[in-house]
Amino acid sequence: MEAAIVLSADEVVAPEPRQISERPGAGDRAASKLMLVSGLVVLATMSAVGIFLGQRAWPALREAGWGFFTTQSWEPSTGVFGVAAVIAFTLTIAFIAVAVSVPVSLATSLFITEVAPRRLRSALVSMVDLMAAVPSVVYGIWGKLVLQPHTQALANWLATWLDWIPIFKVSGHDPENPLSGLADFFASSFTAGIVVSMMVMPIQCSVMREVFSQVPPGEREGAFALGSTRWGMIRVVAMPFGRGGVIGGTMLGLGRALGETIAVVLIVSPRFDFTTHILETGSNSVSSLIALRSPEASDIDLSALMAAGLTLFLMTLVVNFVASWFVARSRSGASSEA
Amino acid sequence: MSTLVDIVHGTDAVPSARPLTTLPETTPTGPTPVPRPIGRISRDDLLTVFGAAVAALSMTALLFGRLTPLSGKIGFTVVAFVVFVAVYALIVSLTNEGPAIVDKVMATVLTAAAVLAIAALVWVIISTVWNGRKALSHPNFYYEDRSLAGPLSDLDEGGIAHALIGTLMIIAIALLITVPLGITCAVYLNETRGRLTSFVRSIVTAMTALPSILAGLFILATWILLLGYPRSGLAAAIAISIMMLPIIIRSADVVLRLVPGSLREASAALGAPAWRTVWHVVLPTARSGLSTAVILGVARGIGETAPVLLTSGAAASMNFDPSANAMMSLPLETYTLIRSPQETMIARGFGAAAVLMVVVLVLFTIARLFGGRAAGHQSKRQARRSLARSQVDLARIEANRPHVTSGVTP
Repeated sequence: MEAAIVLSADEVVAPEPRQISERPGAGDRAASKLMLVSGLVVLATMSAVGIFLGQRAWPALREAGWGFFTTQSWEPSTGVFGVAAVIAFTLTIAFIAVAVSVPVSLATSLFITEVAPRRLRSALVSMVDLMAAVPSVVYGIWGKLVLQPHTQALANWLATWLDWIPIFKVSGHDPENPLSGLADFFASSFTAGIVVSMMVMPIQCSVMREVFSQVPPGEREGAFALGSTRWGMIRVVAMPFGRGGVIGGTMLGLGRALGETIAVVLIVSPRFDFTTHILETGSNSVSSLIALRSPEASDIDLSALMAAGLTLFLMTLVVNFVASWFVARSRSGASSEA
Repeated sequence: MSTLVDIVHGTDAVPSARPLTTLPETTPTGPTPVPRPIGRISRDDLLTVFGAAVAALSMTALLFGRLTPLSGKIGFTVVAFVVFVAVYALIVSLTNEGPAIVDKVMATVLTAAAVLAIAALVWVIISTVWNGRKALSHPNFYYEDRSLAGPLSDLDEGGIAHALIGTLMIIAIALLITVPLGITCAVYLNETRGRLTSFVRSIVTAMTALPSILAGLFILATWILLLGYPRSGLAAAIAISIMMLPIIIRSADVVLRLVPGSLREASAALGAPAWRTVWHVVLPTARSGLSTAVILGVARGIGETAPVLLTSGAAASMNFDPSANAMMSLPLETYTLIRSPQETMIARGFGAAAVLMVVVLVLFTIARLFGGRAAGHQSKRQARRSLARSQVDLARIEANRPHVTSGVTP
């Protein structure tokens, strides 16, 4: 039989409830203040860059008006200046870079994820990452002094045999004339684009590789089980799965190519009249314009350069946002970081 | 009118003798197919590639030397590759069929692209070192500055010590700014939620798109022209910090997000306040990833030329004072030297680029050694150390435990 313990009401002592407080302690309050301050400092610095660029660019934009986007000249002291040619050249170089780098980066990323023996993979990944870490000035001097003779020869060949394609035409170049030699192809957008493609290739490659490595194993193995070859699996499973990543990686590379400075400064000779003939001597870019002109700039010069820089920044911003949108929207994007 | 029964059984009254399912008739025509070997490289594959390569090389050599007036190394490579793919496809089609041919040819094309990428990297590295070999072989190149070396002086005078010291000082200042600020901000983004947090995060994301030249232009216009500070190593360091900060915050943010929530909850359940959880659990867990984030940010920052060009300017002599006068950095030294027409100066430029590349390579290797492990995975040494620490803790707990001799017995 159970022993029944009977307590009278006044014998029952309710245990004192432990104080549970929502209020964080002193350490927590200090820590969260510190974190908030650091967040605000970063926010303030980053917004200051954008706001200040806009504010300082304003006088130049007001002086040039809409002509800023249509004028092909750069004489801020006389009031005649605009970014039309510079932006067009920047885009030309960036598009050449992307056109050259995308096939290589796509194939390399597929090679790393699908074809390469397992032992080689991490070494290859390291090599591609190392390629991204090589400073752009190194690519610049290599492009100017080592690669340029080869691209000139290639350009000569293109201009001689494919000059019926408008972009490969070179005004003033006549293959029959022995006097018009390789110098016609010196310091062109073409050379600059190829050098910049070396810099954007690893960026694109690592985004694409990341996406291809997330192809669900079930779908891959399903394709193989149905008798698909490796290339068949790549075509019907990996490529559709990674499409967003491929587009996003390409755009990310485009954003980087637009902002590239020092390699372009080293290679091209600046000009302000736009031409679609990519093999011709002379090109330009917003960032190389800033690098060359700002050390000895007057007030209005600087303001004009700020306006050009702001235009460039807005372009790279849009490109990067579109890129991350593509990566995030793709099926694989949930866990990948662009 | 047809009834349901009619529809189901068919209106013709003859009951069908056919079974409900039929198998297709398999009449063997020809030899039974041999399963395609997959997943390994056979001797046949190797010999095919080898044969195709030899055929391609000899055909291209014939084309270039004898039959057509073609010339040039790039042209030779391109033609040789095209011929190689064609010959390879031909040989493969002798023993394979249909999709298998396409598969093998595409595998070759993918391999060729990877080889091209790696070859380009190797070409850049080797040609830089080769072109700078004359400067690199002089010991004075590493410990003298360039103030005494005129454009015509020999390579045994002057060096790049000023640029090396300048680079290290600039990057050290940039690290002092970016590491505390960047990591704290990343922790802020991870530990707090709210509208401000997501706003900060999107601004930081936007700022990763900032071309580095604009960071330099910003510092030039504010710090130097508006506030009147001189062009100096400090200004360059601030410009580089502005460029590095978003990169570091963003990758640190990603790394911190990977710290398992269960670890945080375990810490909170043991009664640790939030800041102790961050300091003793979150940060140590993510340590390898955080150091990788910082080192890769440094590798980007150390190679930047344009911001230093705008905010510090070129100098030829040693400068230990970051707050005044131009301070040289290795990329800027390379850039300045390479624009000179003198042979010796160009050799020095390539030498400086080679030294810069070695610095980046060392940083990169350190990052690889540190990183590559996911949050919470320890190296063997770390595991041994935390085991030892746990044992000390256990001993302490055992020693302090009150001996249960008297008390509740049921």
